[in-house]
Amino acid sequence: MAKDEFNTEFKLVGTRPNRPDGLDKVTGRARYGADMTMPGMLWGAVVRSPHAHARIKKIDASKALALEGVKAVVTRADFPTGLTGEDWNLQENSMAGDVALYDGHAVAAVAATSALLAQDAAALIEVEYELLPHVIDVDDAIKPDAPAIRPGSADHSVPEGFPPNVVRYIDYGHGDLDAGFAAADLVMEKTYLTEATHQGYIEPQACVGQLGADGKGEMWVCTQGHWFIRQMCSAVLGLEVAQLRVTASEIGGGFGGKTMVFMEPLSLALSKKAGGRPVKLVMNRAEVLRATGPTASASMDVKIGMTKDGKMTAGKAVFRMQGGAFPGAPVDSALDCAFANYDMPAVYHEGFDVLANRPKAAAYRAPGSPMAAFAVESLVDEMCRELGLDPVEVRLKNAAREGTKASYGPTYNKIGLVETLEAVKAHPNYAVPLGPNQGRGVASGFWFNYNGDTAVSMAIAEDGTAQVSVGTPDIGGSRASLAMMVGETLGVPYEHVRVNVVETGALGINEPTHGSRATFATGKAAVIATEQAIAEMCRRAAVEWDIDPDAVEWIDGAAQPAGPNAGKFPPMKIGEIAGKMSTTGGPIAGHYEGFPDGVGVSFGTHVVDVEVDPETGHTKILRYLVAQDAGRAIHPAYVEGQFQGGAVQGIGWALNEEYVYGEDGRLQNATFLDYRVPVASDLPKIDTVIVEVPNPGHPYGVRGVGETGIAPPLPAIANAVAAATGQRLRHLPMTPVKVLAAIQAGQDG
Amino acid sequence: MSKIHVTTTVNGDTVEFLADPRETLLDCLRDRLGLTGSKEGCGTGDCGACSVMLDGRLVSSCLVLGVEAEGKTVDTIEGMARGDDLHPLQRKFIEHAALQCGFCTPGILVAAKALLDQNPDPSESEVRYWLAGNLCRCTGYDKIVNAVMDAAAEMRGAA
Repeated sequence: MAKDEFNTEFKLVGTRPNRPDGLDKVTGRARYGADMTMPGMLWGAVVRSPHAHARIKKIDASKALALEGVKAVVTRADFPTGLTGEDWNLQENSMAGDVALYDGHAVAAVAATSALLAQDAAALIEVEYELLPHVIDVDDAIKPDAPAIRPGSADHSVPEGFPPNVVRYIDYGHGDLDAGFAAADLVMEKTYLTEATHQGYIEPQACVGQLGADGKGEMWVCTQGHWFIRQMCSAVLGLEVAQLRVTASEIGGGFGGKTMVFMEPLSLALSKKAGGRPVKLVMNRAEVLRATGPTASASMDVKIGMTKDGKMTAGKAVFRMQGGAFPGAPVDSALDCAFANYDMPAVYHEGFDVLANRPKAAAYRAPGSPMAAFAVESLVDEMCRELGLDPVEVRLKNAAREGTKASYGPTYNKIGLVETLEAVKAHPNYAVPLGPNQGRGVASGFWFNYNGDTAVSMAIAEDGTAQVSVGTPDIGGSRASLAMMVGETLGVPYEHVRVNVVETGALGINEPTHGSRATFATGKAAVIATEQAIAEMCRRAAVEWDIDPDAVEWIDGAAQPAGPNAGKFPPMKIGEIAGKMSTTGGPIAGHYEGFPDGVGVSFGTHVVDVEVDPETGHTKILRYLVAQDAGRAIHPAYVEGQFQGGAVQGIGWALNEEYVYGEDGRLQNATFLDYRVPVASDLPKIDTVIVEVPNPGHPYGVRGVGETGIAPPLPAIANAVAAATGQRLRHLPMTPVKVLAAIQAGQDG
Repeated sequence: MSKIHVTTTVNGDTVEFLADPRETLLDCLRDRLGLTGSKEGCGTGDCGACSVMLDGRLVSSCLVLGVEAEGKTVDTIEGMARGDDLHPLQRKFIEHAALQCGFCTPGILVAAKALLDQNPDPSESEVRYWLAGNLCRCTGYDKIVNAVMDAAAEMRGAA
């Protein structure tokens, strides 16, 4: 039985019950985005630019509209004008205006009575383009003479005279950098590159949207956050937000990529133009890869000073990132994460958010942290090798602890980085002897975790069971963790709690399931709501017993007199109180609306062993270990699952995955055959250690576990490849071609 | 384009539908028959989310035309449980937390059942190579492999 630091015993927290939605998901019953049909429904299709950068001279939809069964065509002319800021960016990304900004940018959409007819009609829409010069690579895009993609996009942070595609500039730090480097025995500075990768959720974006002439609408959509979808669709289309009701389907993966709109506003625009009939839009995989949220690509200079006994004296990070044709590359969070693991006297950060002719980047699991970790944790490893120091000991020597002023500003409270480093040192994987062409790599990673707008409502049913209405879609078992926390608080069995992800009309605004926040923020909110309901049940018992409500306490699912002075009454169980609630004051419920405070950051350390084939350059993962601070694991199996899934996405980023563009600026690998994510046979078991340093800001100690795990694999594998081959790969992905070239040339790559 | 009448057996029931000659078996299962358990993740046979059995052979239903099902037998995820009795694979997937989002799960269950039907005692490596055509982006495959191995052991009576 799990116990917390105060030796509290838990009945549910820390156990591994079956998830409440398991049966639906193993039988094919669970309804995802594309599984919905509605009466009178039409099907939509989107016409997309085949060019990286082109002026749209003319759109002729007459042949499409002449087809029987085609009900509506929309172009940007059907959208409101005058939007500004991020609303304008979202509208511009949903549907190109005068200029198509990337290969795959939507330029028109059509609705028809069948999916095939809609696709046929889309093929008949004629678009005349005038090609414009394009730029893809971040280091090309930042040049002063690069084609200006969207003049006027730079915000106030960008000084006069900067190159035209720099839209945001960041610089900050603390301590005396020069003194720090002067105090070092070794100062190294290297440049690291990462390519854009895609979240790679298996479920393509899908929705059914309906919008009438009265401005009232509904949407069914696969999303991490339906309030975000509602707000963004309303902004793009000029609707009153509360008039749109959005229901989240089950979601087939998101990883950050389903926190913003892409084609969702088009379904509403088509519906309105087709007389209010619902319109279903489902992306195919090529559309997902060409037009939805890849992450940024990065070019990063890092400089670190270290004494010969491994003390880090100063660090400087200069990151250039492109996030597509819109502002929003995660330069800020990348810089914040860069040195977050370390207690360093002097740090300096400089960042450039750069436009390029690529799709608008979306969040991807710990946005920015994997790139930053690759650069910094690779360089730390290079310096350890140069100085002959143990990489875990150096990390322990410099590790951030409680009270350390974080590189990005705040002072840490209780954190668990040291515990993750100690955990990997003690793990048997760390002692396995290695053979020829094999190498071991270590790296740590960090994510802030997040709270966000949260509204939760819970209510007691007539038989004493409980329902919890939440606004964070369940992507990886959050219904289970929420039901466990509510059941624990209420003192009822897990099976007596039903957690419902409800539509936007049912609660105040909720941010998506993002930022590793569902179990932390929705969980904390659900516990607070449950405590309200408990207080009301205690009050009802007090009224019946005719004693003071303060003299009643809640133990094991029942109201009980608090001590002998309160009176002698048998416990009044939840079922009894619930059964007569209609005659004792009506419904019993609790709710929470707010921004739950007490976020706890999460650190992790990974150890990987690889074997590199010297004849092909292929890297095989032999064994893999994740140790991460969960705060507390409510449902350990799903915590392990987050660790394992994050690690494997990082493995893909390190070894296989990248956006490949041709000279013409078109994406060359828009299929799962060519954009190759890890498959089962690529991988060994992913071993996990759940470190638990409880977060004092959460009733059960939760930190949030979803994101940290994707950061360490990139550098850990690069460090292992360096150990195996003697060559340092500073440009991801470490494809066999690149690794072989480095081995054969005897040079770093 | 006129549609073609197709008669086929799906999960033991004789069914009829009208298919456009360009529609895939996956389209017909989902949109003509309302069997939305089979999923489309790619449409190019790379992800395995649409895996079904066609006359006892594991196929990607996105690479089969609906009209090709004429006179054949199709088994989908909707037919895997016998009433309330889940197939051991379905039970083990829940018990082992072998699904997170659950979108790839139907295809992986169909594919894993096809493996165990022909090889009741697969090695971990055989499970990993058999399922290499089924992409899962959430789990890292670890718990999926555990669930398949455990289901196989139970079905052999070795658990």
